Amino acid sequence: MMKIKTPRNGRVRRELEKRAPKLVETGKKTLILQGTKTSGTLNGVLSEIYHLKKGGAVRFTRKNDNIRPFESGGETSLEFFSLKTDCSIFVYGSHSKKRPNNLVIGRMYDHHVYDLVEVGVENFKSIESFTYDKKMAPRVGSKPFIAFVGEGFENVDELKHLKEVLLDLLRGEVVENINLAGLDRAYVCTAISSNKVYLTHCAIRLKKSGTVVPRMELVEVGPSMDLVVRRHRLPNEGLRKEAMRTAKDQPKKKIKNVSSDAIEGTIGKIYIPDQKVGDVALPNKAKGVKRERREAKKKEANERASKKQKEESE
Amino acid sequence: METQKPFQVDVGNLLAFNPFHNFPSLPTSRDELVKGCLEEGTKLIQAVADSLFNLPSTEDVDGPLVKLPPPTTKLPREKHLPKPKPPTKWEEFAKKKGIQKRKKDKVLWDEQTGTWKRRFGYDRVNDDKDIPIIEAKMTDEPGEDPFAKRQDDKKKRVEKQEKNRLQNLKQAAKLGALPSHVQLAATALPITGTQAPPKKVTKDELGNVAGMAATSTASGGKFDRKLLGEKPAKKQGKHRKFLPVVEGSGIGSREKEQTENVLNKLISKHSHEILNVGKAVTMYNVKKEKKARNRKNQEGKSSSTSNKLKPKKQLHKKAAKKGPESSKKRMAK
Repeated sequence: MMKIKTPRNGRVRRELEKRAPKLVETGKKTLILQGTKTSGTLNGVLSEIYHLKKGGAVRFTRKNDNIRPFESGGETSLEFFSLKTDCSIFVYGSHSKKRPNNLVIGRMYDHHVYDLVEVGVENFKSIESFTYDKKMAPRVGSKPFIAFVGEGFENVDELKHLKEVLLDLLRGEVVENINLAGLDRAYVCTAISSNKVYLTHCAIRLKKSGTVVPRMELVEVGPSMDLVVRRHRLPNEGLRKEAMRTAKDQPKKKIKNVSSDAIEGTIGKIYIPDQKVGDVALPNKAKGVKRERREAKKKEANERASKKQKEESE
Repeated sequence: METQKPFQVDVGNLLAFNPFHNFPSLPTSRDELVKGCLEEGTKLIQAVADSLFNLPSTEDVDGPLVKLPPPTTKLPREKHLPKPKPPTKWEEFAKKKGIQKRKKDKVLWDEQTGTWKRRFGYDRVNDDKDIPIIEAKMTDEPGEDPFAKRQDDKKKRVEKQEKNRLQNLKQAAKLGALPSHVQLAATALPITGTQAPPKKVTKDELGNVAGMAATSTASGGKFDRKLLGEKPAKKQGKHRKFLPVVEGSGIGSREKEQTENVLNKLISKHSHEILNVGKAVTMYNVKKEKKARNRKNQEGKSSSTSNKLKPKKQLHKKAAKKGPESSKKRMAK
């Protein structure tokens, strides 16, 4: 026996439709949470990542001691949170003696763990420690430039994976139109060695140059840290294939009343509504316009005048 | 210094990748490293900006608006692709028969009142309650209420429609294409003959059941593999404590103590020590309260305070009871 449950509220219905799977996806939301123990630097890292992704991120501040992303049973809590907050990327921070300042960045497919990368944070410099001209500060939610430097990103497996995950994390929304005046931030990731990456966040200053393209100048603004890759887990082949599938580019918007013919080309249909004969204003009804009436009046006046003359004459 | 210049630029993502750079030797100071990284970064971003600013732009209020090309780096989706809805039974039938959908008007002309009324809802056309007279036909049975019959027919039609709708949704759910705002919930199905809904099991009950199941194993569930987060079983049931195999026969010898306790109970040398005072007091109090209740029912008086004065007398009585027994045993020995 089954019962059909539909939302009785328009608001709830709209929320559900927002969370439904779509053909073309917009940006992923990020979930930031921590484990049993965190250090001061890790707290700073997590709050700054939250700042950078203010529009599309959810921050949990309590400790969660039953989350172990790399163990088979320890992901249930993460999947539950992902389901409830509708987040597909998570950043999990924890600190232990064996893995100090540990950050696990993971992605979800259909609210199940897709892949994971574990990095350690070293040499973290927070936003406050940078001095710069406050006017250049990048605005919240602007689309960033992302630059990857280093052959490590091409050769080393783990760095390749990290590159993909960082791109997903830092990207923001996928937009079609972009305002060139609003480009003011950039992330630079350099592969220093085969397992270390230097990540920094900079503001962009556009300087006049001779051509249309302005000269870029980067000023370090935001957090900068060294990421040491510790562990990573790639997705299963089958799952990866399924997740990478995209809908073939279908003509999304079908223009109505337009069809194309091989011989004649594009044909359009125009629909004219029925003429309401009874309601149409009679063209002759306008006051004072009728020529015949005017002429008839004139004639009458003339006739009367002539009649009077006749009478007078008689 | 890299000699080749081809950066991999993805304008759709505002991404630039330089796969050819490598630090020949790590710069010693951190500042130099940072500077070097920023330089490389600037070059890359300049490359992206080159392609970006050369795209055709339209003027907007805030600034030049540019239409970005779709991104070239493929990233995994976050949710599965939405499956198309399967056609419902009616849609299949209509397609087979060639029935076209007709656009319906919002209002209809109502013959009875001579006004335009809506198709459904409050104050609608052809409402059952607006019919004043139903003419009797030859096929009608006497004693049957035609108005009630009309209402029943409508109810049946509505139920049939609901059933069909449920079937369509179940079919869609089977293919994984349920609409996002619909949820199919399984209502409780009573397996027993009664109509009572099955009782909801609480967390504690489940834990107890797990413990009970564990005791059926040979080792009493002690070595069962536990799930992550499952708490170890609380000490349940009798657990025997065995004496150590090798022990001295001095004062602290537990075996001696054990046998002594048993003997004392049997022989009852110190019979007054055998008495369980607490238990005796409780038994007495219970008896007294019962008596008081009975008296209350008859008289309506409460005599709880007077009970406290009597216990000592009864104690002696009990000790006295044990007395003749113990003397008997002594005699038997």
